[in-house]
Amino acid sequence: MTAAARTPVGGPRRAGDHAASAHLSADARARAREVIALYPHPRSALIPLCHLAQEEQGWLTPEAMVDIAGLLGVTPAEVLGTASFYDMLHTEPVGSHVVSVCTNIACLLNGAAELLEHAESSLGVNAGGTTADGSITLEESECLADCDRAPCVQVNHRFVGAQTPASFDRLVADLRAGARAQDIPDHGTLVRVRRTTGLQADSTTVAAERAAMAEAQAGRAAAAEAAKTAPEGVGGHP
Amino acid sequence: MAVTAAPKIVTSRLGHADSHTLKRYLASGGYEGLRKALAMTPEAVAHEVDTASLLGRGGAGFPAGRKWAMLRKAPVTYLVINGDESEPATFKDHLLLERDPHQLLEGVLIAAYALQVTQAFIYIRGEFALALERVQAALNDAYAAGAVGSDIFGSGFSVDVVVHPGAGAYICGEETALLESLEGKRGFPRIKPPFFPAAVGLYGEPTVVNNVETMSNLPWIVVNGGAAFAALGGGRSTGTRLFALAGHVNNPGVFELEMVKTTFSDLIHAPALGGGIPHGRALKAFIPGGVSAPWFGPDRIDLPLGQDEVAEAGSMLGSGSVVVMDDHTCAVRASWRITRFFARESCGQCTPCREGSGWLERIMRRIENGHGREADLGLLLDACDNISPGLDWPPQQTTICVLGPSIPSSIASAIEMFRDEFLVHIKEGGCPYG
Repeated sequence: MTAAARTPVGGPRRAGDHAASAHLSADARARAREVIALYPHPRSALIPLCHLAQEEQGWLTPEAMVDIAGLLGVTPAEVLGTASFYDMLHTEPVGSHVVSVCTNIACLLNGAAELLEHAESSLGVNAGGTTADGSITLEESECLADCDRAPCVQVNHRFVGAQTPASFDRLVADLRAGARAQDIPDHGTLVRVRRTTGLQADSTTVAAERAAMAEAQAGRAAAAEAAKTAPEGVGGHP
Repeated sequence: MAVTAAPKIVTSRLGHADSHTLKRYLASGGYEGLRKALAMTPEAVAHEVDTASLLGRGGAGFPAGRKWAMLRKAPVTYLVINGDESEPATFKDHLLLERDPHQLLEGVLIAAYALQVTQAFIYIRGEFALALERVQAALNDAYAAGAVGSDIFGSGFSVDVVVHPGAGAYICGEETALLESLEGKRGFPRIKPPFFPAAVGLYGEPTVVNNVETMSNLPWIVVNGGAAFAALGGGRSTGTRLFALAGHVNNPGVFELEMVKTTFSDLIHAPALGGGIPHGRALKAFIPGGVSAPWFGPDRIDLPLGQDEVAEAGSMLGSGSVVVMDDHTCAVRASWRITRFFARESCGQCTPCREGSGWLERIMRRIENGHGREADLGLLLDACDNISPGLDWPPQQTTICVLGPSIPSSIASAIEMFRDEFLVHIKEGGCPYG
């Protein structure tokens, strides 16, 4: 299929479509600092912070990426460069419900291609597109690891079980009517359970433990020196 | 014998609707393994895992004890759990993360103690929203119960655990790509050597990376002893293992089975397991261990579910996922879809994988769509050979990670088994299966 044939009917919305400020709120920035404190190096918080920005704004705005860069001490280009690698980080607006239809092998064997075709015609968008009302973005996804309920569908990364064309239409109607708001929050909210505690092993303890560890391990290393067997390199599929 | 009397090691609680809660976990012996471990020396705990001969459950099947032993040579800094399950048709870690997060946490804490690390990260695939919530909730409860954090159960041992979400990239299941991702970067696998993060891992420090299922076995091993685990299974494949069965079967799902004692035929056909193929159809082919594995025909159905047994037959048990295809399946379409997956998920660092996967996908698509050419079969195999010379199994490495060299395996095995079907597509200009 050519690129032209897959242009979304609804057309991508642009950052300017949103009236509200696309910068992170004070609350989000405070939460971001708590997340950063969990890691030995701030940059490790990059992906969690992108999720945090999406939770607030539904997608990853250029302004939010600037804020994240400032919080982490990297450049906005580094944030974009990382974010653009990952399927779940949207650098363009998406609908309030991102509906992912898996068509990988286990789902393909169970009618996923037919389901996706139905979804496209029923929603009036091709995979990758957003409906004109901004409520649904349809995605064709790779394996979502729910293969005993194939063809597998997720809405905002929540599993909704195997779908038939008829049940898919009911699902979309429910989403539009807000009937699933309880179990499926708007797009961007990935984790509704927040961490309730910061790190507890204080730096003195950690330093003491590491010193003791190094000493113990030096002893073991000396003991193991005789029976030294260099492990062969092995692969492993990712 | 389809199902042996082996105990359920990692799925014992899954019959309960509240299997993910601390209450259920404590009511069924939860955190007893951790208490027992904390009363032992770290070396003794590591020794039990060594004795168990627990093979890593992520896909490569490397012995967990040996992985740990490498770390004992240098100060260990970090423990990272790989919960980025994305191998197509693999859905066992998804189950463990959502349904028994405390079991995973206890395993992580036992491993952290054995390795004497003070910080562990659980990297969970971003698409698993519920699993992320369940593991975070379990972690919060475990902190409140004193099972994690400072001075665990009054033992003097402290460790912090952080749940880290991914953001959608198959390649991050590769352990060095996962570490890059955890450092806040694109998920590019690292150049080897060093082959193991034990030498140079997270932030360049010694790190051990273990799979979710591997960790989930640890509480049982510590409570019952490594020898009890090693007594199950056969040969190098000890213990039980989760097998994810999908595709054309009446009863798809995840089954915990004693290694080696069960055959693929049992898994697919036994009423208590797969329940046979729907509509009375016959088996055409099956994939024994994730889509990176070469396919098997019905002649291999009596092979036991053991790591070495499957490897000797020319494929791999890999991630323990079995995909069943009935005789109405188009082999071209199935192998094309697998190829398209690799083409989409190639990280783009290495030319053979980045370019090769795209070439293969386009050639296979045109064969499936009826525009194949006479020379296409030769061209496909030639492109496969350029990605991994010789088309051997295990594949020759030409790239930084094993993604690229795994691509030709499904194509080459499908062409070998169903050459006539490819030729019909080309000669008759379309798919005979419609």
